[in-house]
Amino acid sequence: MAALVEVKNLKKYFETPRGMLHAVDDVSFSIEEGKTMGIVGESGCGKSTLGRTMVHLLDSTSGSIYFEGEDVTFPSRRKLRKLRENMKIIFQDPYSSLNPRMTVEQTIMEPLIISGSFTRKERQEETESLMQMAGIDLRFRLSYPHELSGGQRQRVGVARALALHPKFIVCDEPVSSLDISVQAQFLNLLQDLQTQYALTYMFITHDLSVARHLSNDICVMYVGQLVETSPSKELFKEPLHPYTQALISAVPSIDIHRKKERIILEGETASPIDPKPHCRFARRCEYMCRECLQPQRLEEILPNHFVACCRVGEINDV
Amino acid sequence: MSDASGAFLSVRDLVVEYTAEGRVIHAVNGVSFDLERGKTFGLVGETGSGKSTIPKAIMRILPDPPAKIRGGEVYLDGVNLLKLGNKEMRKIRGRRISMIFQDPMTALNPIMRIGEQVAEVIKLHNDISWRGAKEQALKMLETVGIRGDRFNEYPHQFSGGMGQRVVIAMALACSPELLIADEPTSALDVTIQAQVLEMIARLKKGYNTSMIIISHNLGVVAEQCDDLAVIYAGEIVELGSKEAIFDRPTHPYALGLLAAVPTLDDAKERLNRIPGLPPDPTNLPVGCHFGPRCPFANEKCSPEKIALIEFEPGHFCRCTRDFNLEARWPL
Repeated sequence: MAALVEVKNLKKYFETPRGMLHAVDDVSFSIEEGKTMGIVGESGCGKSTLGRTMVHLLDSTSGSIYFEGEDVTFPSRRKLRKLRENMKIIFQDPYSSLNPRMTVEQTIMEPLIISGSFTRKERQEETESLMQMAGIDLRFRLSYPHELSGGQRQRVGVARALALHPKFIVCDEPVSSLDISVQAQFLNLLQDLQTQYALTYMFITHDLSVARHLSNDICVMYVGQLVETSPSKELFKEPLHPYTQALISAVPSIDIHRKKERIILEGETASPIDPKPHCRFARRCEYMCRECLQPQRLEEILPNHFVACCRVGEINDV
Repeated sequence: MSDASGAFLSVRDLVVEYTAEGRVIHAVNGVSFDLERGKTFGLVGETGSGKSTIPKAIMRILPDPPAKIRGGEVYLDGVNLLKLGNKEMRKIRGRRISMIFQDPMTALNPIMRIGEQVAEVIKLHNDISWRGAKEQALKMLETVGIRGDRFNEYPHQFSGGMGQRVVIAMALACSPELLIADEPTSALDVTIQAQVLEMIARLKKGYNTSMIIISHNLGVVAEQCDDLAVIYAGEIVELGSKEAIFDRPTHPYALGLLAAVPTLDDAKERLNRIPGLPPDPTNLPVGCHFGPRCPFANEKCSPEKIALIEFEPGHFCRCTRDFNLEARWPL
């Protein structure tokens, strides 16, 4: 299957008073049409910046972004407008991402107005159908965000994202502010929409269980770089990078009978400001050795399973 | 002024209401549970369930108005805390009971050195010189893994995980008998969460402290607690040992909630969804509060209040269903 979205050596740096912040540092991967790519990592690893850069809310520093095979890294204004119809984003906090002075209907309708290809009547009908798709009761048409619950607000974000029938949606921590039962409703909705409209998702989350549940493939990020990428099932069955192993072992489980070894990492993540060229996890890694001071590259260790660790063969049975 | 159960902490029929814009919010509606010395008790529930109000009522730190403790007793070693004067209560807070909050950065004073914040607690509750208190504070910080040379730093110089360690050092500085942790790791990353939880468990064991953990994260509760209560609309709907509740969840809400959690060893193609939303706390449904969302609901579920029934030893459930029948959430 063809890749719908692909990034190659993507970099996004920010200048700060203390030096250059490497938020996204040489990241490459592709997402096949109709699939979900999970991006997991801890706060500050650059996963949200990656998502924002991919939908052109931020300009890339270098590298390339391809959409349907076409290089769209630095699109013209016209191209960008077309592109934005196809690439959408859903944000974490549905309260701050919705305009408090716009009704549900106005919020969802806005992209339709901007596109300019609908009559007034068509817009009305389309808005209603989008509300139904996202599971919002039509009686909320004239409600303002503050009158809605967190789950309903997040559905408004989805309805707005679905306007103009995009092919690709970046979901940036869309469920982390929701309660478990509401989160389940919302994840099921995303799955249904994907099946119905052949949507491609990039799902950014710090919650590994949610990523596991929704994604076909997963990228694990650590301080701006990918350390491991693989089909989701395999990643959770056999994580190969020491960071991924620690990350997965740290997730509290509701299975009270599962006895598992927990890897407790020492220290905290390295600073993304002017990082040294060596493995960024080395300082916290129990397997650190001299070679770890070299830059690490993603290598295909098992079919479709890439790991950026020079000692991966020694610490795993592969 | 003592209670019958003889437990270290015993909460009896606690009722808390908030008044806002002339409307009464029924936050906690008759909650009772016991906690033994050295054990950890979990309170699980979703936003608005009242799970955070309960520990604040125990600590008597609810702002009044708008909150009002309308009834019930909280016995600590047989003494009803709700009857104590403010002065006596102040001696208990920080000394015998202390609390860890969710966000370390709002719990710490931003313009005070962290070492002094820890020393302040020690000085307040012990007959000790400022210098002695500082020495003890330094030791306490080292116990939670903060190097002594950070004693004079300010909270903004700390990451979330390190900040939470400072808060834990403050909470444990006077070796309290009861530690209440309200979402202690919800603001932290998983690897840092693992560090902090491991440390809390180790220190708790070392000091033989009893603990109440309030969390929406069922995994955290499953790993940390001995017993737990599932709270819905201000009531305990299920209460029992960790094994009882995770192996044999019985209340329809608890069943639904456990089936809604995505897990790592996942066979679930789809998550269970509980239809609808929690009830309006100013206007709770008569009878079972979960009734309107419950797939098992029948005419027995209202209009009377449903009792919390001990249907097997130590395992309580607030439901009218037949406990002999196996129940699964209908998918």
